[in-house]
Amino acid sequence: MPHIPLPPGIPGIRGPMNYSPETARPMNDLANVLLRTNAHHPDSTLSEGERELIATYVSSQNDCYFCQTIHGAVASHHLGDEDWSLVSAVKCDYRQAPVSEKMKALLTIAGSVQKGGKHVTAQQIDAARLAGATDRDLHDTVLIAAAFCMFNRYVDGLATTAPVDVPDFYRMRAAGVVANGYAASDPG
Amino acid sequence: MAHIQLNNDAPGIRSLVLYRPDTGKPLYELAQALLRAGSPDSTLTDAERELIAAYVSGLNCTSFCRNSHAAAARYLYGQERDLVDQVLADPETAAVSGKLNALLVIARHVTEDARTVSEAVAGAARAAGATDGDIHDTVLIAASFCMYNRYVDGLATLTPTDPAAYEAMGERMGTLGYVLPKPH
Repeated sequence: MPHIPLPPGIPGIRGPMNYSPETARPMNDLANVLLRTNAHHPDSTLSEGERELIATYVSSQNDCYFCQTIHGAVASHHLGDEDWSLVSAVKCDYRQAPVSEKMKALLTIAGSVQKGGKHVTAQQIDAARLAGATDRDLHDTVLIAAAFCMFNRYVDGLATTAPVDVPDFYRMRAAGVVANGYAASDPG
Repeated sequence: MAHIQLNNDAPGIRSLVLYRPDTGKPLYELAQALLRAGSPDSTLTDAERELIAAYVSGLNCTSFCRNSHAAAARYLYGQERDLVDQVLADPETAAVSGKLNALLVIARHVTEDARTVSEAVAGAARAAGATDGDIHDTVLIAASFCMYNRYVDGLATLTPTDPAAYEAMGERMGTLGYVLPKPH
């Protein structure tokens, strides 16, 4: 049961966001600019699907069920990963997953950020640059990973609830996110 | 030296939001909403909010955030400013209310592993007088500083070592709040 009274039937982060719209607005703005808008900047080489994959990986490292499932579903939607096998492979061992060397290097950085910012080394940054990452990609990777260390803690720290074993529920919500972005109001 | 070319010599998070105002804007708006406004039924003062932020940043070993938010808390506490260093040294022996003490326990759990915020941990805060808004705001302040700290350290931004630099920052944060810096 959540630690504060949240409206029933609203899963994961949507409950506390409904409770606190004043903080939900900048949090949704941050998610939209980082995961969506910036993918289309000329100096970015990271697609929306790749950004969602970083968010999913960090959420799985934090063992946050709601975030890794919904962002995994959004990543799969973008990347044509209908059976979620790619997302599963990245969560299980991204070094062996069918993603680019650049993505592997950026996921290493994201994994370091998840442990703590000082775990990111100059060698990890250099490896990502060698694999084609721009400064913009490096910035966005660090901030996506950091932001999900917030979103995940918000979801789990308040003991929110989320439906389990209902992939179609997350597929449907993912399609809504892909079409409309992250919004302060819950579509239900 | 920072891991990426930031094209400015500002310290800590200021260097990052000057480099990228697109993400800086929601990051500062979140700080302002959490550290200055808060939930409608929350009893937490601005000084207490800054102190929770400084405490979490200390646990994460991010000196820039710890020292700047501690300076803001000292400024806002005024004559009670010694409480800040007492909490940073050991919250259990600090002369703060039972309520703030219980909220700092929640903040520590969120920082270390948010899944460990148990019914007992939340219940202890409630028994000490914390409202729903206090619990919500404490969880999100702690969670958001787990983000800000990682952002600042993950890109290896500049951390000033002169205490006077933080005192000036604390006064600015205590008076103006969180306003996106303008490029020079």
